[in-house]
Amino acid sequence: MLSTWFPNVQWDVVLEATKETLYMSAISVLVTFILGLALGLALYLTAPGNLWENKFLNSVIAIIVNVFRSIPFIILIILLIPFTRFIVGTMLGAEAALPALIVGAAPFYARMVEIALREIDKGVIEAAKSMGATNTQIIFKVLIPESTPALVSGITVTAIALVSYTAMAGVVGAGGLGNLAYMEGYQRDNADVTLVSTVLILIIVFVIQWIGDRFTTALDKR
Amino acid sequence: MINLQSVRKVFQTKDGEVKAVDTVDLNIKQGEIYGIIGYSGAGKSTLIRILNMLERPTSGTVTIGGKNMSELSSKKLRQARQEISMIFQHFNLLWSRTVRENIAFPLEIAGYPKDKIKQRVDELIDLVGLEGRGGSYPSQLSGGQKQRVGIARALANEPKVLLCDEATSALDPKTTDSILDLLVEINQKLGLTIVLITHEMHVIRKICHRVAVMETGKVVEEGDVLNVFKNPKEPITRDFVKQVTEPEETVDTIKQFIQEFPEGRIVQLTFIGGRAGQPLITELIRNFEVDVNILQGKITQTQNGPYGTLFIQIKGSEEALSKAMEFLDRVQVEVEVIHNA
Repeated sequence: MLSTWFPNVQWDVVLEATKETLYMSAISVLVTFILGLALGLALYLTAPGNLWENKFLNSVIAIIVNVFRSIPFIILIILLIPFTRFIVGTMLGAEAALPALIVGAAPFYARMVEIALREIDKGVIEAAKSMGATNTQIIFKVLIPESTPALVSGITVTAIALVSYTAMAGVVGAGGLGNLAYMEGYQRDNADVTLVSTVLILIIVFVIQWIGDRFTTALDKR
Repeated sequence: MINLQSVRKVFQTKDGEVKAVDTVDLNIKQGEIYGIIGYSGAGKSTLIRILNMLERPTSGTVTIGGKNMSELSSKKLRQARQEISMIFQHFNLLWSRTVRENIAFPLEIAGYPKDKIKQRVDELIDLVGLEGRGGSYPSQLSGGQKQRVGIARALANEPKVLLCDEATSALDPKTTDSILDLLVEINQKLGLTIVLITHEMHVIRKICHRVAVMETGKVVEEGDVLNVFKNPKEPITRDFVKQVTEPEETVDTIKQFIQEFPEGRIVQLTFIGGRAGQPLITELIRNFEVDVNILQGKITQTQNGPYGTLFIQIKGSEEALSKAMEFLDRVQVEVEVIHNA
């Protein structure tokens, strides 16, 4: 039945493309989370009135974050070609998409982390200080746990953005469902391939959203 | 225990310098409950934060338990802070942690082993009366219960000093009293020194031994609570004392009364300490040819003894009246004649 409705779809190729998309998304979400969290914390902590107040460092980080967040992703991939070649050794395949995905998404997530941290009641930080907590203890025992729901919902949004970035990266040779839809679907005029790719990407996005929402609700004790 | 010498704190703002704390000297004894009262903006919040160096004084010295707080290294300061804990108006609990985990928080910071933490948390939950609520999250607790968690958390590291930053200002009157009772209980049981700031004279009256009154960064009046009640010198202190000794409508009531019944004398009696319990009015009527009409009265308990005010109208012959007044003077009741027909 599948072959009558989707005559041009090669299911083993679709499976391979789905795996590539999942691989690119998973790795880039993981690295983006770590990098974005670190950048976001740095942004927050160096801001005026906070633990590591430092005007210079704060504006440097803010500029980097803003610049990379503002470059359209498709242009970022092209700009990063030398960097990617240097790191990965090639411009083809799922691995080659990772540097651009991470560089594009980490600053985006860093801003969300900063906003999440700013939502924390200053009084709670003051209380921890009054108990003799070190800055490290304040970061790991107060700042991160108290902002967890916002950090999780932020990474959910970022993960969904990353899935659509992988599709764009696919067009320039990174593989995955985006590549499949473009090369096999659009270029060869196989609408059924495009449709199947789209549905699969939608499913991935919905699953991410569902998991993210469940986690956020479970973690939020406010 | 706590000694402040010429402590000043100046904030630089766009509109120039603001002296939040202006040359304050204080001496707080071991084991006492010391209250600092003032309206908002008087600088009391800054002052209490100077005690544990959450705010650094611009000049002056703060000595707690023999340590000069502003000269401590950051490591020594963190250790000192474990002995000077603090509770807050808005409790400042970690909402992501349960009651037990919140109380365990300062113990984790101090590096207690896990089994010791569990044992200590159990003791503290009993001490503040939160049995059975250990697994709840702060959002599931009432304001009074949250402050109990705050107190348990503050006591976890067996501090020598407890700082209370408007600890009851967000609570209703009944809950306020239960929290104040708890503070007195731990002051007596554990012998720890409590410093509190508040804008409510009720709090000072109920639990403090000594009080300092703050206005525009300065301590304008200071002393034993009962003495300050008896003999407030500054207008602002009188305002605060009135908060608890006179019902708000007193002045109106008395004025109204004078208009309707202008005869006799209207006298305000102030009882301090033991005298508040004696049957003064009975003696007055039995021994002198006077009629006594009680207009309004109130007895207030303080940590140093009772304090009361009574407004009475005395009627009788001129001679009887002056004898009665002499008697009142003799029994060491403060007498103030408000109206003399």
